[in-house]
Amino acid sequence: MMHIFNLMASFWLGRLSLKALPPNPIQWFGASLIILVPGMIAVLLTVTKRWKWLYKEWITTQDPKKIGVMYILVAIGMLLRGGADVALIKTQQALSVGASHGILSASHFQQIVTAHGTIMIFFVAMGLMFGIINLIVPLQIGSRDVAFPFLNATSFWLFFFGMVLVNASLVLGDFAATGWLAYPPLSELRYSPTVGVDYWIWSLQIAGVGSLLAAINFIVTILKMRVKGMNFMKMPMFVWSVLGSMLLVAFAFPILTATLTLLALDRNLGMHFFTSGAGGNMMMYVNLIWAWGHPEVYILILPAFGVFSEVVATYSKKRLFGYTSMVWAIAAIVLLSFIVWLHHFFTMGAGSDVNAFFGIMTMIIAIPTGVKLFNWLFTMYRGKIRLDSPMLWFIGFVVIFTIGGMAGVLMAVPPIDFQLHNSLFLVAHFHMMIVGGVVFADFAAITYWFPKIFGFKLNETLGRWVFWLWLVGFLMSFIPLYILGFMGATRRLDHYSASLGWQQLFIVSGIGAALIGAGVGVQLLQFAYSIYKRKDNRDKTGDPWDGRSLEWSLPSPVPFYNFARLPEVSSRDAFWEAKKSRLKDRRKYEDIEIPKNTPLAFMIAALAFIFAFTVVWHIWWLAVIALLSIITLIIVRSMDEQTDYILKASEVEKLDSLYLKGAKL
Amino acid sequence: MKNNSRNEAVDVMVSMHQPEEATLKKYVIGFVGSLVLTFSAYLLTQYGAMNKPVMVIILAVLALSQFVLQLVYFLHVGKEFSPRLKLLVTIFMVMIVFILVAGSIWIMNNLNGRMMTHSNMVKYMNSQDGL
Ligand SMILES: [Cu+2]
Repeated sequence: MMHIFNLMASFWLGRLSLKALPPNPIQWFGASLIILVPGMIAVLLTVTKRWKWLYKEWITTQDPKKIGVMYILVAIGMLLRGGADVALIKTQQALSVGASHGILSASHFQQIVTAHGTIMIFFVAMGLMFGIINLIVPLQIGSRDVAFPFLNATSFWLFFFGMVLVNASLVLGDFAATGWLAYPPLSELRYSPTVGVDYWIWSLQIAGVGSLLAAINFIVTILKMRVKGMNFMKMPMFVWSVLGSMLLVAFAFPILTATLTLLALDRNLGMHFFTSGAGGNMMMYVNLIWAWGHPEVYILILPAFGVFSEVVATYSKKRLFGYTSMVWAIAAIVLLSFIVWLHHFFTMGAGSDVNAFFGIMTMIIAIPTGVKLFNWLFTMYRGKIRLDSPMLWFIGFVVIFTIGGMAGVLMAVPPIDFQLHNSLFLVAHFHMMIVGGVVFADFAAITYWFPKIFGFKLNETLGRWVFWLWLVGFLMSFIPLYILGFMGATRRLDHYSASLGWQQLFIVSGIGAALIGAGVGVQLLQFAYSIYKRKDNRDKTGDPWDGRSLEWSLPSPVPFYNFARLPEVSSRDAFWEAKKSRLKDRRKYEDIEIPKNTPLAFMIAALAFIFAFTVVWHIWWLAVIALLSIITLIIVRSMDEQTDYILKASEVEKLDSLYLKGAKL
Repeated sequence: MKNNSRNEAVDVMVSMHQPEEATLKKYVIGFVGSLVLTFSAYLLTQYGAMNKPVMVIILAVLALSQFVLQLVYFLHVGKEFSPRLKLLVTIFMVMIVFILVAGSIWIMNNLNGRMMTHSNMVKYMNSQDGL
């Protein structure tokens, strides 16, 4: 009897059972947060009767501006989740010395570090990046939409459900304890038999496919939907950077998808691509994952460079210095970032010829990056500089990025890398690049473009507090890691001997992290306070910073159709030139096609989530149903020929005059 | 919105100036062709009795022909809407694929070379001119 029951349960539920619930208090706490936060949001929506609003305005929307806002909201939520991981990591490292073993078990600590890396890269940095791209790219190229709005919504919801899957691992089962790139043989079934690595694989698969689709969408958008007169050399630098970044996504993410698929085949179907027996080769995994992984770094940093190009030019009231060289620097980076991937595994055992080649290529890629840095500095030279908070983020970026970049060039020398590989020195280096580079730029971008999207400015005083807390906290947190790395402290270190004398440095680093935490707190306060005081900070002109590109020619917040009348462009910094010439506007209103709302994008992604979740838990019958449903929905969607509606020219004119009067619609 | 229409962007992806049936036919040819090539590779490794170097070459040819097939029938290379741009992207793609494939072969061979038995190691080092 019991036997039959077990058989039934394993058919219907796969590996899922009550044993999947969290085993200890800290994990219970995490799990209850993951359930409580969405639960509270649900209660709030019910009390304020906003479910219908959520469905009509957000879940079914195809407006890239709303999708952009949702990307950023998810990313901020995940910043808090990844930040909570940091709190645990830093506490553990400050306490777990000698006889004391801190607050976390070794395996739990490794899961947290893995989750921190995965979440921060895929769901914070990528989320902020795609959010800003969605908000700004169509506006800057004078377009009313992206090329494929439905695909765009699907990309977002895939990203969203990838995020949900990572967090589901807190409640049911465990997460990978393998480090954020899950090298085999550790990530193979033999050494990681639980669902952890499967959660990791499938959340990245879902989010990765979402990124790939988004990249294709934005490449076509930028190539085909620019306004009349905007040829390539007249595009704003942010658009160029996004084009470079999206090309990298289009070429690099398929490698990630394929590699993860091979690992999943190893784990689920007994194949042996990356096992040490039966002809497999785990070094091939490391090779493949970094063939994606290095371009990924530049995928994140290129749009950040783009943001700073816009910010520096605007706040210096000068046109960007060396536009053409900036474009060529981006092109060089796009190409070179595919020729350096071996620098992540110099120590794997390749010969000196291979290591030397990739070391030299790595040093060369620093050159175009340096070109960009000097171009920004020359843009500031003799400009009328206003040191508002986006500019502060830029200056902080220059300092941190230069320190981190020099550490990077240092590690490009293979013999030095042999000393520093897998140490906290490396950890400090890449945090300086990704936080000091990408995240700082994203914060600058949010402050800079906030009024364009929401119609009011963020509070500047609090913004400055945020910056200083982040900057001081960041340096305090990571400078000790450089020192610790030199002294031999390895990454993902959950315990060390007291005789090493590392504890003080770990404590200093922990205090730095706490300061960053305070910075995040003030940031949330800044949003809340600015929303509360929004009447005082309204942007009535649509051009609060004396901007240069087309988005500033629109009223704030931008109407859902973006441009009532399409602009004509004849130079770089089109809006700046238009402001100077004050030509009378003689363009006509015309009918506008607008995509209808549809829940299908959300449903496809939700089914992808069910598919991934059931594959993780081996609930095969439901996985098959989910997969077939996805295919059905895609067919249903492609049969639909009425995906747009027409907004009549007369109506556009009416709405436009209302918007120009400052009406909130 | 003549100059800025999404439909124009869609046209980039879907081949131009062709009736719908012709497009459908191309997709079917591409799909069936890919399946045939994939299965012949599988059958070859399972049932084809031949020595290894020959098999590797045949497999590589099958893979490359599938690559070209998909470019022509799915991505419509050769039916350019704006030839220069597409040529540029195609060249870039070929270059990246070449870098990744050749680079991986170089790296993996080098790693394998350093994991040999002693006698094989001597042979390898001699072949590398006493490296
Ligand atoms: Cu790299």
